[in-house]
Amino acid sequence: MTEVLFLADFSVIKPDPGLIFWTSLIFILVWATLGRMAFGPIQNALKRREQDIQNSLDEARKARQEMANLKAENEALLKQAQEERAAILKEAKEAKNSIIEEARKQAKEEYRRIVTDAKEDIENQRMAMIVDLKNQLGIISIDIAEKILHKELKGDKDQEQFVRTLVDEIKLN
Amino acid sequence: MKVDLRKLSILVFALVFSFGMLAAQDHGQEQSGDSTHEEQDSHGSEAGHDEGLAHSYCGGHAEDGEYDPVTTVMEHIADANEFHVWKGVHIPLPIILYAPAQGWTTGLSSMFGHGHNAVDGYVLNHGRVNRVADPSFPKGEVHIDGILHRKETVEKGGKAEEKDVYFACYEGELYKLDKPSTVDGGFLGGGITSFYDFSITKNVFSMILASLLLIWLFMAVAKGYKENEGKAPSGIQSFMEVFFVFIRDEVTKPMIGEKHYERFQPFIMTLFFFIMFINLMGLVPFFPGGANITGNLAVTLTLAVFTFLVTNLNGKKDYWEHVFWMPGIPAWVKIILTPVEVLSLFIKPFSLMIRLFANISAGHIIILSLIGLVFLFGNNGQSVGGAAGGAVIGGLFTAFMNLIELLVALLQAFIFAILSASYIGAAVEEHDHHHDEAHEGAH
Repeated sequence: MTEVLFLADFSVIKPDPGLIFWTSLIFILVWATLGRMAFGPIQNALKRREQDIQNSLDEARKARQEMANLKAENEALLKQAQEERAAILKEAKEAKNSIIEEARKQAKEEYRRIVTDAKEDIENQRMAMIVDLKNQLGIISIDIAEKILHKELKGDKDQEQFVRTLVDEIKLN
Repeated sequence: MKVDLRKLSILVFALVFSFGMLAAQDHGQEQSGDSTHEEQDSHGSEAGHDEGLAHSYCGGHAEDGEYDPVTTVMEHIADANEFHVWKGVHIPLPIILYAPAQGWTTGLSSMFGHGHNAVDGYVLNHGRVNRVADPSFPKGEVHIDGILHRKETVEKGGKAEEKDVYFACYEGELYKLDKPSTVDGGFLGGGITSFYDFSITKNVFSMILASLLLIWLFMAVAKGYKENEGKAPSGIQSFMEVFFVFIRDEVTKPMIGEKHYERFQPFIMTLFFFIMFINLMGLVPFFPGGANITGNLAVTLTLAVFTFLVTNLNGKKDYWEHVFWMPGIPAWVKIILTPVEVLSLFIKPFSLMIRLFANISAGHIIILSLIGLVFLFGNNGQSVGGAAGGAVIGGLFTAFMNLIELLVALLQAFIFAILSASYIGAAVEEHDHHHDEAHEGAH
């Protein structure tokens, strides 16, 4: 009996045309409304956002790549600059060395020239002195000779003494 | 502590189960005993037997008879023309009726006075509009004495079948009541009767409410996408986005395929959210909720038909070829396979229909049965202690069942959506040209 009652009152398994009609109508309305005004736009917005994110990521990657390239370039440039600097320094050093060498050479030459000139001067002065001395000696000799001649008249001894004094007198300073 | 709780719950479960079984058995016996002696009973008055006069059976309409769990549960899960809030408080719903014999009748369910009035031959019987088919019944609004329930034995195909028949009592006469037409063709105990009910019933009302809520919610979400363009999602938008993206990435995209999924996404999304919302509405135990909407075959039938139509109207050449003349297999196998495939076209939506209906109905029946323990243990108000025990145990189990039903509500919506998506996916799939060779290679 329970079973029969169960089946007889189990109205939810008997599809009511009214309920079918309303369910269809409501479902179609919800489908049309949400499809047009919510699900479509949301799907598009999500897609757009995903694309945006992807683009941003791509751009970031590209930027990073570019940065890396730039850095490499900078490094190359730096290296080149350093090399150039080294080269310039080297050249400068060489130039300096050559200048110093030149200067030294010139100084040496100058010195040599000065020494030579001095030597020549000394020689000249010596020669002049010798000439002068010779002249003096000549004069002195004449004087001595004169005096000797004056004294010859007195004894040998005195003469000899006299000569000796004279010779002493002309001792070369 | 945890173990203790588990042990306790097992104990309580075993206890309740045995008690429940015992009580149900007792009640069943009592019922069957009653029915053998008593062929008819009226709602309300303690009617005398065999008086022969309708007057004696048709007293008041108030239901203060013995608690019948099965009838109570069945009435609660059934659709109704008014929204029962609590005892004596009903929210009237619009009535739209059509009888081929008398045309359209419209109004509010309050015009029936909860079964005390007949309007143009229509009365409210257990919350549902019934019609007096007899043309001699007066038109317009008349007071009726009550509604009589009687069991009739009908010979049908050499098999005796008991049938519930209801009568309206009016001025000492009994008028047989027709139930609203159903489209089960009589297989499930229904059939076309003298009128059709297109009213905004409890189910329709709840469905409209759930749909409005759904539309409002997604409008807010869509607005969020418009306003927050180029910005991070916020508020309700980010909450619903999880569901949307889940359905897109787990259901539509993998099931239908990258190429076609966007075309069918609104349909699948609508299915999922519509079913989920009306399932969840059904779990709310008070006024706007509580209707057993997806637990009504008419609703799941309609949804399944939508899936069937969308699937087959979008079927590609490959799909129909696979149905009618499966490529790459011997001809004699094709002859066997074709009817199977054709049958499967209909079995697929049929299974969708039954699965959702059975899951949600069962959930409602279980919860109502657990609540019914209060009345069973309370022995119809005789035993307060029993009722209290029933309330504690039934309440605990109902709370537990509600959690499971919450899961089922989401899960069934998901299953309906993913299966629909997979059927559509199979219909729009395009096979490559090496398909035949691949099949032959495999065999």
